[in-house]
Amino acid sequence: MNRKKKEKIIELMLKLSGLITVLTTIGIIWVLFSESFSFFKEVSLVEFLTDDQWTPLFANKRFGIMPLISGTLLTTTIALSVALPLGLTIAVYLSEYAPNKVRDVLKPLLEILAAVPTVVYGFFALMVVTPFLKTIFPNISGFNALSAGLVMGIMIIPFVSSLSEDALRAVPKSLREASYGLGATRLQTSFRVMVPAASSGIVVSVILAFSRAIGETMIVAIAAGQQPRLTFDPFVPIETITAYIVQVSLGDVPHGSLEYKTIFAAGMTLFVFTFLLNNLSFWIRKKFREEYE
Amino acid sequence: MKNLALTLVALFTLAAASCGSKQEIKKTENTTLSGDIKIDGSSTVYPITEAIAEEYRNVESKVRVTVGVSGTGGGFKKFYRGETDINDASRPIKSKEIKICEENGISYVGLSVAYDGLAVLKNPANDWLTSITVEELNKLWVPQAQDSIMYWNQIRDGWPNEEIHLYGPGVASGTYDYFAEVICGKKVGTRGDYTASEDDNVLVQGIATDKYALGFFGLAYYEENKDKLDLVAVDNGTGSVFPSMETVSSGEYAPLSRPIFIYVSSKAAEKPEVVDFVDFYLNSAGDIAKEVGYVALPAEEYQVEIDKFNAFVKK
Repeated sequence: MNRKKKEKIIELMLKLSGLITVLTTIGIIWVLFSESFSFFKEVSLVEFLTDDQWTPLFANKRFGIMPLISGTLLTTTIALSVALPLGLTIAVYLSEYAPNKVRDVLKPLLEILAAVPTVVYGFFALMVVTPFLKTIFPNISGFNALSAGLVMGIMIIPFVSSLSEDALRAVPKSLREASYGLGATRLQTSFRVMVPAASSGIVVSVILAFSRAIGETMIVAIAAGQQPRLTFDPFVPIETITAYIVQVSLGDVPHGSLEYKTIFAAGMTLFVFTFLLNNLSFWIRKKFREEYE
Repeated sequence: MKNLALTLVALFTLAAASCGSKQEIKKTENTTLSGDIKIDGSSTVYPITEAIAEEYRNVESKVRVTVGVSGTGGGFKKFYRGETDINDASRPIKSKEIKICEENGISYVGLSVAYDGLAVLKNPANDWLTSITVEELNKLWVPQAQDSIMYWNQIRDGWPNEEIHLYGPGVASGTYDYFAEVICGKKVGTRGDYTASEDDNVLVQGIATDKYALGFFGLAYYEENKDKLDLVAVDNGTGSVFPSMETVSSGEYAPLSRPIFIYVSSKAAEKPEVVDFVDFYLNSAGDIAKEVGYVALPAEEYQVEIDKFNAFVKK
């Protein structure tokens, strides 16, 4: 076999492996679209978006996705309010303060957080965090958004800290040195010079963490409850989009029925959210990138 | 060559000898049964079936009995596809399911094995609720209550102005069907804005950690979680009654008590190990029912079920 042919075959194989991922994505989008399309033939989009009740499995069928969205956004917001300050502080410490040796040990250790199976996090939230919260807030329910959100926040810390740290390190050294040269302290340099300079990368890391938290399933399915409820009260049981999909997939719903199609409509909603977020992060990266070269 | 032939002969005799002894062992094994018995269905019936299956393993260790939990409806689906031998059911088989069984050529016998009470439960920290009437349960659980009856004081004056958190089994569960039918009426269903789970442990966990919770599930699961939850007495117009062995078997705890069943398919009844297991089941159900928190049928009732099963096997 001559060299040219070999090259051709290798090129084809590389192309094929790239194509598989693209085709899978297209396949998923196609299934989501077609199944939700037949769902929206029976339930109007207006009802889907405006009704404040979600009870498709019961006698009084209501198809408002809002309670599921509010549950999802509630847990995600709690998670981000944990992960954003902690993750950013860790990133600043790692890139500005920590000696190289400490950093080399700390960073992989932090990333272990992202490698813990989410089902373990779920039971940690239910069995450890919720009872602890109960000692502070006696009225909190056994299933609640707060506990699930807090634990989810811990899980996504590495997303924020690792990516933000990369962004901070990508800022040219000259900026840091100029700041020190002007007599700024370490703290001033970190938060007034480095963080603003790396802001686009930091925002992107937060959005990616957000999108990971929105799609998180096991933690909320185990610890946040299974009751769709339009509320932002973190102390009561709620249900997220993902937990609903799990609940219906495990249950006894006949294939092809309207109840069955609800999981595709819910999945579609989730997909729209993460799709928009990923595009937003792409756009921010392009638009607000600070060029120093 | 000669040596080889000799060795071969020796080997053959050895082999023959060992075969002979093996056959002997087999003969003694033939007096016991072997095989698989697949059981699935209601989570309410599971504790008693599993307890009996465990006892049975001590008697017939070669028979493997597996007991799954798919809910009564989910279990019947496997049952009419011929995937299981016995279905645990917390309600009689529905006409829809009977039809599919007929279409698939599966005949079966339904045997009642014990009584179960549905327990209404609250958190131990709840100090205002001791008894609830059937009308109040109806007002709280009917589909119209969805999104409108949300606070404790909407059910009875004097109860706190706090949101009520409801817990109950999901729609695939026989316990749900039963509760919906006796509390809300035939084919009405219930409200949907409550924490619905087929896993009774989720319900226990939810009610045990939520002061403003109210829920229901099988009495047997309450017996296992006595220390975490409190029972609520139910008043059907003739006075408040707590569920107990006595009130369930006497019928005093009405309407929330019911018989539970096992269904055996004709194909399974051709297997001697299944016949033996079901006989064992009906003979020990009375004692084991009490152990796992159910209420035993009267002794003569078990004899009726045994006769019914024997007649079915003969067919």
